[in-house]
Amino acid sequence: MLAQEFIRNALLAGSCVALASGAIGYFVVLRGQVFAGDALSHVAFTGALAAAAAGWDLRVGLFLATVAVAIGLASLGGSRGSGAARLDPAEDTTIGVLFSWVLGLGVLFLYLYSTGSAGGEGTVAARTLFGSIFGLSTAEAWAAAVVGIALVLALAVIARPLLFATLDPVVARVRGVPVRGLGLVFLVLLGLDAGEATQAVGALLLLGLLAAPAGAAQRLTANPLLGMGLSMAIALASVWAGVTLSYEIPALPPGSAIVGVAVGCYVLAALLGGRMGEGGAIPSKGVGEQTSASPTNVSPPR
Amino acid sequence: MEPGFSVNPLSDLEALLSYPFMVNALEAGTIVAVMAALAGWLMVLRRQSFAGHTLSLMSFPGAALAALVGWPFVSGYYLFCVAGALAIAVGDGGGSRAWGAGGGRAWGAGGSGRRSRAQESAATGAVQAGALALGFVFLSVYGGVLEDLETLLFGSFVGISSGQVLTLLVVAVGVLALLAFIGRPLLMASIDEVVADARGVPVRVLSVVFLLLLGLAVAATAQITGALLVFALLVAPAAAAQQLTARIAIGLALSVAFALAVTWLGLGISYFTNWPLGFTITSLAFVVYLTARMVRR
Repeated sequence: MLAQEFIRNALLAGSCVALASGAIGYFVVLRGQVFAGDALSHVAFTGALAAAAAGWDLRVGLFLATVAVAIGLASLGGSRGSGAARLDPAEDTTIGVLFSWVLGLGVLFLYLYSTGSAGGEGTVAARTLFGSIFGLSTAEAWAAAVVGIALVLALAVIARPLLFATLDPVVARVRGVPVRGLGLVFLVLLGLDAGEATQAVGALLLLGLLAAPAGAAQRLTANPLLGMGLSMAIALASVWAGVTLSYEIPALPPGSAIVGVAVGCYVLAALLGGRMGEGGAIPSKGVGEQTSASPTNVSPPR
Repeated sequence: MEPGFSVNPLSDLEALLSYPFMVNALEAGTIVAVMAALAGWLMVLRRQSFAGHTLSLMSFPGAALAALVGWPFVSGYYLFCVAGALAIAVGDGGGSRAWGAGGGRAWGAGGSGRRSRAQESAATGAVQAGALALGFVFLSVYGGVLEDLETLLFGSFVGISSGQVLTLLVVAVGVLALLAFIGRPLLMASIDEVVADARGVPVRVLSVVFLLLLGLAVAATAQITGALLVFALLVAPAAAAQQLTARIAIGLALSVAFALAVTWLGLGISYFTNWPLGFTITSLAFVVYLTARMVRR
């Protein structure tokens, strides 16, 4: 199997995408921003179609669109929260309204593209929606690998203050951590990751790599470092297992196989974590310890 | 065939209505707009846009399965939307203990509420990703055609039969009647879960029932409009209404009014310009929302 060049490319790009998505996804779940990740993955579709309509490289459109919407989300959604953007009651709605419109724009680009130049419409839409991990050229795979590693490194740089700002924004702010700035940087990283992962698993399935490994990891451990490592490991294993499965079973699309394995891991972890956490779920106990210094964190008595 | 646009609105309307398919589209659009605006108002109030979006995407695996097995598309839609609603309900049930105790949806909720909410959104994400992955498998086994996918996701109002309009009407009336029936306790549970729970309102059951009704509404709508438009009509008019007023009756009325205006205008513009409906309706809805936001400031 490894003798095939397209498999080597797929594994190279897929591994780096998995590492980046696993690490970023850990914070996405911890910060309660899965919906934002969902939105950004759909935005990638619009970006790719816009680039196709304009005749640019798809990746230019992908990254431009996801980063632009990430900045838009940060400015629209987090503008009135006290730094704790995920607790902003309006954020959920803002994301929904904004990205349904961006998808609408995508439909327009699809229309313009399909009426402008003849043919090819199906392939662009399909490439973007399904991903094409088996169709990557060596150069594309290396580019994806470089971006993926860069994302992991960038996240590693901000991980400590970001974790602090995520777990307890109020105390973090008092201690001088730039909570809002970190939120913006994180959303941009998420946007870049969405653009990146779209090439591998497609805009529709990207959420599986973001949410499922990280959700599984957080059900199993509350230790942030361990959790992030576990999340990256599950994502990586999903990609390898998915690629292998898809190689062996031709009818199984690679994106589906990868996401299927990841979701399977999540379900397993939820069952395991649920049983272990009879006296209060494991993650809640640990994160509670992390933040117990905060006065805002006292649970109201029933 | 070429639609002509003139300055006279009456003759334009006449041109619009001279085609039976446009009449059907307007009727279906009206029903969809009313149902989506009312169900969406509750969805926005409960901050369940993510669940709503996930449900709207269920139409894709639903249709793919139906195509594979050879059922009518509609049955696949209902099957997956209902299954999806149950899966989301089970997924957020995982954190239910902390949820009840910490007042998960209360705005300034403490740590436990925030955490279970994070887990809940991860679970919803996993449901969505898993269902879509299944959909791709079905499509791949079926050896499917992609043009269908595009209609599925972005939909169109064109080509709706009178029978479909009637079915839609029946489902809409049923869903709205049930929503009205559970309206009072649901509202209470949505606004203050902790107090509602303390007063003996069955918060969990209501939450599941609401998700199921939302799933039904989405399934009925998605077969006509596609996944994108259902979601746009669910979220944007309701969000705009809630920007403008906190009063329940006025909010619901405003939401319906916005949804109707957006749908009718969108249909009209698409008819005369040939722009895709998915673009016109979402753009109008977005403008309405932005305007409402600015008015409130």
